[in-house]
Amino acid sequence: MAALTKEETEALIQEVLEVYPEQARKDRAKHLAVNDQSLEKSNKCITSNRKSQPGVMTIRGCAYAGSKGVVWGPIKDMIHISHGPVGCGQYSRAGRRNYYVGTTGVNTFGTMNFTSDFQEKDIVFGGDKKLGKIMTEIEQLFPLNKGISIQSECPIGLIGDDIEAVAKKANKEIGKPVVPVRCEGFRGVSQSLGHHIANDAIRDWVLENRDGDDTWPTTPYDVAVIGDYNIGGDAWASRTLLEEMGLRVVAQWSGDGTIAEMEKTPKVKLNLIHCYRSMNYIARHMEEKYKIPWIEYNFFGPTKIAESLRKIAALFDETIQAGAERVIAKYQAEYDAVIAKYKPRLQGKRVMLYVGGLRPRHVIGAYEDLGMEVVGTGYEFGHNDDYDRTIKEMGNATLIYDDVTGYEFEEFVKKVQPDLIGSGIKEKYIFQKMGIPFRQMHSWDYSGPYHGYDGFAIFARDMDMTLNNPCWKQVKAPWKTAESSNVAVAASA
Amino acid sequence: MPSVMLKKNAEGKLVFYVPKKDLEEVAESVEFDSPDKWGGEVLLSDGSKYYFEPLDAQPDFPITLRAKRLDSGE
Repeated sequence: MAALTKEETEALIQEVLEVYPEQARKDRAKHLAVNDQSLEKSNKCITSNRKSQPGVMTIRGCAYAGSKGVVWGPIKDMIHISHGPVGCGQYSRAGRRNYYVGTTGVNTFGTMNFTSDFQEKDIVFGGDKKLGKIMTEIEQLFPLNKGISIQSECPIGLIGDDIEAVAKKANKEIGKPVVPVRCEGFRGVSQSLGHHIANDAIRDWVLENRDGDDTWPTTPYDVAVIGDYNIGGDAWASRTLLEEMGLRVVAQWSGDGTIAEMEKTPKVKLNLIHCYRSMNYIARHMEEKYKIPWIEYNFFGPTKIAESLRKIAALFDETIQAGAERVIAKYQAEYDAVIAKYKPRLQGKRVMLYVGGLRPRHVIGAYEDLGMEVVGTGYEFGHNDDYDRTIKEMGNATLIYDDVTGYEFEEFVKKVQPDLIGSGIKEKYIFQKMGIPFRQMHSWDYSGPYHGYDGFAIFARDMDMTLNNPCWKQVKAPWKTAESSNVAVAASA
Repeated sequence: MPSVMLKKNAEGKLVFYVPKKDLEEVAESVEFDSPDKWGGEVLLSDGSKYYFEPLDAQPDFPITLRAKRLDSGE
């Protein structure tokens, strides 16, 4: 199908909106837009970070998911207590594929679930005593932990437990950082507020721990990688590039990260932000308090990697700038081969995305490097500043949808007929059953890494094996294809 | 009275950021912008106006200051 014009896209949005009652239609209309690159500001065309309509199928998460699942969870040497009933922690346990090095249960705890398992009596009488006891037990059973974070689930806020007091007391007892995080799921409209709350907790309870302590030797090339969660090893693929160009990566936030790395971050020279949405708050705080500049970078696809490496290098001296050029030149043969192999197989294919965080705009470059085109994109929980950054990345007259509902997404797909959809597990089987190739872009569909030059090769291979899989030719029943109906006509004659 | 995070961008222009509103705008003009006085009315590139109590010296950017909203533009 040919690309839609601006008018056709607008008509499509109107058509999809028609089924809603008037009030819901008015509200949803603000979240759907046709991209117009001439706009400087996204608030002219799209509204975001608003409460989802009751009754629609939204794909969003909660504040607990944003804090425990995204920001705190990957910090591997801390124990994160899911404070409240058992379900929130258990059903989200080990699902995010943030890889780490270490022995789980001994010195790292990434895929384990620690919970206070609230019962009726804890709701009635409060859970503070239980929480205190849990932390003593943790200290006995897992003495190599480097700290504890308390991730509140909804009931904690509802019954008004004073987890801060328990945290302070436990901190004195065990002599390690104990961080209370007020990330009850009901806060905010999506997981986005959970990211913010988690960032604020890091600011208040972790970041200043080593202020005034200069015993740790620094170099002029210290950087911190912030907002890379090491999904399938992403942060490792990024880190090697930075180290090859001569920088010293002091901290990884928070994929494969440790609390010691976080405490050292205020001593770096530059913060590198990959996931702007979940970690910009702490970067802005460090800029103000410690005068550490920060920049956003994008390690998806060779074009964007080269652009980002040069942008990062420009903030350092000639040795690093030369290092960046050396890294780009070193991998050129490798990524040229990847493009030569896969571009002919993927050229001109059209992609629709619907993810969260940074990917709705960051992966566009990687698809374009493979000759593909992104015809629709949207964020689960983006804010206006995300859409500001998206407008320029997307082509004119393409679809942009914020907090898209299940119904809208299906209708858009039926009309736009993309060759590939990139979204999450909840969307995967709907679209596969519709006969459209699908990749999960949250967990990289159990593959990865996708960041860096190494990741790009895997990305290209995965897109090819999904899109050009022979199974898509089998989706139609054999007696319903044009060929078989000709045979049937001939047989009946 | 929003808290505004102010910083200078690479071109030396003032960037205005209000966390709660995701408002990230470049300031077009600042009423008092001399070494011994800073503040007053600040006009943003989207047309809105904010007011800062004038300070006796240039603040050390980046910094968070309280501002009064004067006019939302359009």
